[in-house]
Amino acid sequence: MTASNNDDFVVFDHVQKSYDGELLVVKDLNLSIGKGEFLTLLGPSGSGKTTCLMMLAGFETATNGDIRLDGNPINNIPPHKRGIGMVFQNYALFPHMTVGENLAFPLEVRKMGKSEREEKVKYALDMVQMGDFAGRRPAQLSGGQQQRIALARALVFNPQLVLMDEPLGALDKQLREHMQYEIKHLHESLGITVVYVTHDQSEALTMSDRVAVFEDGRIQQLSSPDDLYERPENSFVAQFIGENNKLVGTVAAVKGTTATVKLDNGSVTEALAVNCGEVGDRTTLSIRPERVDLGGKKTKNTTDALVKELIYLGDHIRCRMEVHGNDEFIVKVPNAAGHKHLVEGEKTTVTWAKEDCRALDA
Amino acid sequence: MSNTETVLASDGSSLKQSLARSLRRQKIRALLLIAPLLLFVLLTFIAPIVDMLFRSVENSIVQETLPTTVVELASWDAESGNPPSEAVFEALARDLKVAVASKSHTRLGSRLNYEQTGVSSLFRQTGRQIKKLDLEATPSFKDAFEKMNKRWLEPEVWTVLQAFSGKYTDGYFLAAADLTRGADGIEVVPEDEKIYFKLFLRTLQMSMTITIMCILLGYPIAFLLATLPLRSSNMLMILVLLPFWTSLLVRTSAWKVLLQQQGVINDFLVWAHIVADDNRLELINNVTGTVIAMTHILLPFMILPLFSVMKTIPPTYMRAAKSMGANDFTAFRRVYFPQSIPGIGAGSILVFILSIGYYITPEIVGGTKGVFISNRIAYHISSSLNWGLGAALGAILLVVVLALYWMYDKFVGIDNVKLG
Repeated sequence: MTASNNDDFVVFDHVQKSYDGELLVVKDLNLSIGKGEFLTLLGPSGSGKTTCLMMLAGFETATNGDIRLDGNPINNIPPHKRGIGMVFQNYALFPHMTVGENLAFPLEVRKMGKSEREEKVKYALDMVQMGDFAGRRPAQLSGGQQQRIALARALVFNPQLVLMDEPLGALDKQLREHMQYEIKHLHESLGITVVYVTHDQSEALTMSDRVAVFEDGRIQQLSSPDDLYERPENSFVAQFIGENNKLVGTVAAVKGTTATVKLDNGSVTEALAVNCGEVGDRTTLSIRPERVDLGGKKTKNTTDALVKELIYLGDHIRCRMEVHGNDEFIVKVPNAAGHKHLVEGEKTTVTWAKEDCRALDA
Repeated sequence: MSNTETVLASDGSSLKQSLARSLRRQKIRALLLIAPLLLFVLLTFIAPIVDMLFRSVENSIVQETLPTTVVELASWDAESGNPPSEAVFEALARDLKVAVASKSHTRLGSRLNYEQTGVSSLFRQTGRQIKKLDLEATPSFKDAFEKMNKRWLEPEVWTVLQAFSGKYTDGYFLAAADLTRGADGIEVVPEDEKIYFKLFLRTLQMSMTITIMCILLGYPIAFLLATLPLRSSNMLMILVLLPFWTSLLVRTSAWKVLLQQQGVINDFLVWAHIVADDNRLELINNVTGTVIAMTHILLPFMILPLFSVMKTIPPTYMRAAKSMGANDFTAFRRVYFPQSIPGIGAGSILVFILSIGYYITPEIVGGTKGVFISNRIAYHISSSLNWGLGAALGAILLVVVLALYWMYDKFVGIDNVKLG
């Protein structure tokens, strides 16, 4: 699925939000979402991602700035006139109605005829493989089934935009992974635009075309999942997405894309200059555990390491070692034939490519 | 293992028995914990109620006061129109001698006076004169009684005596239902003497009005309480509960001050030229007064169950409805309101049952037109001392309430009631 980023289907234009007039929950948000795109707002709780979703749905008003849907400003349009489908965290299926009545509700309020309504309800239920459940009450369904119904209900009136607020948060791990694929497939087959909120990074990476990482009311990075993981732009994103090794130091020299960094324990190393500021600035180096080589050929970035702890995880072995004075340095050693077998307390060397060590903000 | 086979515990005894044995201690302890309250309730609540209800059919006073007369009178034919035989009069004379000595004849007189007026004075007068009567030297007891009071020869008195000579009577219940036992069996009393049926009907109507007023006034407040942020909703809750901490009498008396013709509300309306000074509204000592005061007093009983139900309705339901295209009103009507019905049910039952038996407030602000059946019961218990009739009215009230409760369960379902 290729989302054209030039297509400004949903636009947040300098949007700010404050609940109490003192604190900004969302600080100057600028975001364009293309038609047919699957965009995830990812961030820790309290980072402003749900507030953004609620502003888009119309349940919160933007304190400042414009939100545009398909070119039209929607700040003053009440939620029921926006035509946006929404899936809630706890499904919000109406307990006093059957599954069929729940699905028919959005069609009824649109004054659709009975036969057309029934046809659409049936189609939507079949879409989520729940065709036989129209007569049941939500309370008689399992969590996963309720989730499917909530999904079908948000899609039954053919909205162009569907918002999902941590829809899989209440499901167990296996079901959650299964539903991730189902939602992804529905998105692809229907060609709708989805804005998805979650605090689960693996969910975000699996499903999205693009991910917006929120922290402190700002988007820290907006990019595709692989960029987000492999090319984080600041230390928050590096730390928040996936596992990360941190080395702290001061920039000694910057030459092209290469930064020479004097680490706090006195040693000097080279890194890719991404967001490290100027000479003399503090910087954090970020290295992914799977990009660290044990032993190997000696390069400029080879350094001594002391094995502190080994954890056997089947397909790989997690090795905690002391590197450059950081004793929380993690290396993933693949459990493959011919690989070096480490023991605790052993002294060895580790190496990484300069490109895999990113010098970010302090 | 087949179903009929008994499951055995490890020591060979039946598993059921050993389970019962192991649970016995717990059961005894539970019983001991509730025993003080259970005993208290039995002695001060259940027993008096049973005793009072029994009084509505109990009628041993005639048998106890005139034992031989009742036996002799049994063979008398009331239809004949003649006074009973000499033997009956003799028995009456002997019974009355005994009764006068213990002064129980006046009590019998006032009991029978409920059934036929004048019987009380007849017994009093006869009681005074019978002391002079020499039982051994009376040639004809019939003549002797005729001399004492001519009414003894009229069959009406004897009909009543015979009708109420049984140990139990339905007389109180007939009276409570505006019926009487005439010459041709049970018949309805004349229209102008019907009081209890009208009173029951008025009690039900007024309770219904009060319940509906409480729903109309309480629903928005409960909604506000459930949706406001915690700080302001706590403040509002205190205002709702404030009346609970004020004496009922004080509140009712305050309504007297507010509602009377020279009261605060009328004064204000006259001052604002909404009503003329010579045409002040009658707001008290009638149905209006009772409904206003009782709605105020019972309102918290509607708000609290409504609030506790509304509190459990997550706001996401309304949001979901709106996101699907329902405007505020439709979302409320189709999604919020149906889920708040259990609260309305609980509040209505509470308010209705409380108001149907209310006494103090209608007594103070109800005048004569705004009183409930309970005021009539209180009158019979404490003023007219016709406890049997009071008990019969109370029993009917109890049955009506239970019947309404049953109907409610049948049509609404008591499972749909949530008190919190």
